[in-house]
Amino acid sequence: MEPPRPAVPPVPLPARPVVAVGPPAAVAPPPVKLRVRSVNFFYGAKQALHSVSLDIPEKRVTAFIGPSGCGKSTLLRCFNRMNDLVDGARLEGTILLGGQDIHAPNLDVIELRKRVGMVFQKSNPFPKSIYENVAYGLRIAGVRQKSTLDTVVEKSLRGAALWDEAKDRLHESALGLSGGQQQRLCIARAIAVEPDVILMDEPCSALDPIATAKVEDLIHELKREFTIVIVTHNMQQAARCSDRTAFFYLGQLVEYSDTGTIFMNPANPQTEAYVSGRFG
Amino acid sequence: MTSPALLQPARAPTRIAQLFRRGDHLLWISGGALGLAVLLITGLLLLVVLNGLTFFWPFPLTAVDRAGGPPLLGVLTATQPAHKATPAQTQFRVGNRELYNFDFIWVPTAQLSNYRAPDDAVEVERQENGDFLGFLQRLEVGGRVAATGPAAWDQLLALQPGARDLAAQATTLQRDEIGALNARIQDAKLRLVSAQLAAGGLGSPIDPALAATVTADLAALQARYETLRARAEALAVESVAAQAVFTTIDGKEKKIALASVVRAFKPNAMGFGRKIGHYLGRAAEFVYGEPRESNTEGGVFPAIFGTVMMTLIMSIVVTPFGVVAAFYLREYARQGLIVRLVRIAINNLAGVPSIVFGVFGLGFFIYFIGGGIDRAFFPAQTALHVPTFGTGGILWASLTLALLTVPVVIVATEESIAAVSRGAREGSLALGASKFQTILHIVLPASVPGILTGVILAMARGAGEVAPLMITGVVKLAPGLPVDGTFPFVHLDRKFMHLGFHIYDVGFQSPNIEAAKPMVYATTLLLIAIVVFLNLFAILLRDRIRRKYHTGAF
Repeated sequence: MEPPRPAVPPVPLPARPVVAVGPPAAVAPPPVKLRVRSVNFFYGAKQALHSVSLDIPEKRVTAFIGPSGCGKSTLLRCFNRMNDLVDGARLEGTILLGGQDIHAPNLDVIELRKRVGMVFQKSNPFPKSIYENVAYGLRIAGVRQKSTLDTVVEKSLRGAALWDEAKDRLHESALGLSGGQQQRLCIARAIAVEPDVILMDEPCSALDPIATAKVEDLIHELKREFTIVIVTHNMQQAARCSDRTAFFYLGQLVEYSDTGTIFMNPANPQTEAYVSGRFG
Repeated sequence: MTSPALLQPARAPTRIAQLFRRGDHLLWISGGALGLAVLLITGLLLLVVLNGLTFFWPFPLTAVDRAGGPPLLGVLTATQPAHKATPAQTQFRVGNRELYNFDFIWVPTAQLSNYRAPDDAVEVERQENGDFLGFLQRLEVGGRVAATGPAAWDQLLALQPGARDLAAQATTLQRDEIGALNARIQDAKLRLVSAQLAAGGLGSPIDPALAATVTADLAALQARYETLRARAEALAVESVAAQAVFTTIDGKEKKIALASVVRAFKPNAMGFGRKIGHYLGRAAEFVYGEPRESNTEGGVFPAIFGTVMMTLIMSIVVTPFGVVAAFYLREYARQGLIVRLVRIAINNLAGVPSIVFGVFGLGFFIYFIGGGIDRAFFPAQTALHVPTFGTGGILWASLTLALLTVPVVIVATEESIAAVSRGAREGSLALGASKFQTILHIVLPASVPGILTGVILAMARGAGEVAPLMITGVVKLAPGLPVDGTFPFVHLDRKFMHLGFHIYDVGFQSPNIEAAKPMVYATTLLLIAIVVFLNLFAILLRDRIRRKYHTGAF
């Protein structure tokens, strides 16, 4: 038997004021980047998503929260069709990227993945040099010019706040970097191909607090240019980083609103219970 | 509350029970098994190393009187204690094969007396008939006595290199120039046959002008052949002008041409330094020299060359073949019953007797593919029943061994592909790489160390294999190396020599097994050394690649 928890105080205020990050209500809402409509998703016979619909705004950070197995990562991996790699996976409904159905039969998945980059839970640098890791996306796209590659590598590493640490060891193995540096390298790698959207699947779950803070600062910077969707288990992180938050539970979208609303004044009692730590 | 009865077992466990509970017996069994394996391997290597390395040492010559027979001069090689009716015996290597009809002799130890080590006893390593053991009497040049006594020995040492050189010139002339001439004569004949074939078949009438040219060519070549042969004969006669006259310890006289003296030495008069020099000289001859006396003497260079070249060709063929097959199996094939069956079949292929692969190589590579090549590209040779690729050769032997070792490479590659992290693959795909690009740029480089492990195993297996080679191109004595100075320089159709087959041939097929035994050990040692050397190269390569990328992150 679990002892009954003491009465939960109101959600602890996040370190940074959320209100300042969110868009002011009076301003017209930003254009929609990803439009998800009635998505059902199946792994074989098991249904992982039940009729999910939501709009993801452009150049904002959208956080997906929810307990493990609630389908948030599944939805994220639908955005760049990484689920294609899973045997027996099947999707119903539509996901539009800038008005284009990304599951259309004639769509070029490779082109889609160049427009929708991804950063994974476990940092996964390639067993190559730091330089080659960042240049990888361009090289496979056929860019050969050394000067172009040099420029993009520097720009991306600066964009991922890794340039100062890595500039003297560009041609050493990326596996020699620390965990946090590796994760920022993966972000640099993702932004090198200049995608529209960056998907982040629990990017900080394997990092220590200092490395986490660096990545979070980076997310703030990146949203000026990129639309970011982040899956996280860390609710403070969602509160700190994101403009919009979606709460998933058992494959259903329970509530989707401005981050401030979700954490301060949720409409759904389940959401309130989750964000206040009473379950999950 | 826990009752105290639960803490105290009813009976104290016996020592045996305690032992089993701690698992000590398993530790002892596994440790013992490893120890036994190490002991066996060390013993085997030690046996090979000791016997192989002492082969070149100049052991002292012992002269001894024998009751009921002439005295003996020889190297003491073994003793045997008395056993039942057989008395204790001593073995001598007495050499002088053409005089005694044996190299080794067992004598009852009781008959021997007056052991001594005469300083002037000479051991002569000859081009033919094994070693001669005896005493130098005089030196004759052109039938006249040139020197006697101690001066004869100095003269012998001074004249021997010149005589050897003349003999070598004769051999070179015989082999290289006359060999090339023979090839040109054969070419001319083939031109004739080709023209006949083009005119409608073997024996068809051909353009008389062409026939006249070829006949003239043939006549010119024949004339040149005669002059060369005359020169070679003259050289041979000149080289045997200098002769050394020896006597054996039992008084028989023997004339030996200096040209056939590989080296002459007085082991009993040699200091330690001279012995070392002699040892190194013979070891160098063993590695760099040509075989003599149906392979039981001299060097094994052609066999080393053949072994290394065959192993390298095999590796070059088997690596891409096995890697590509493994990638298809692991990355592209739909994982199901068929792929599982294929995988089982591949694993079991490693258990097929290697001679079966040899038979397959003979049927498929030599008769089918090689015969096809001959019919398509060498019609004239085929008409004369002279196969080019339709007979055993280093290429076919290498391909057969590649088939034999491909399961090793496939299994090792598959393992290393499976070990490439899913994260790295997904990272690549998420950047817009196609599956092929991901395999080429991410999975393949990451699995190179594992692939090299497979190649190392394949090389070790292939280099030591003999049975399939015996029917796909290995010969006891190859007339030429597979690489030489005649166009096209690399002759993949040639037959070749191989250390493994050399061991079998010298050890079990030679008429004089006792004399050949040390040679077998030395060859075995060399083969092991070559396999270790090739492996070391691959291991260094693998470690370099590993160090380059896998510095370890956490």
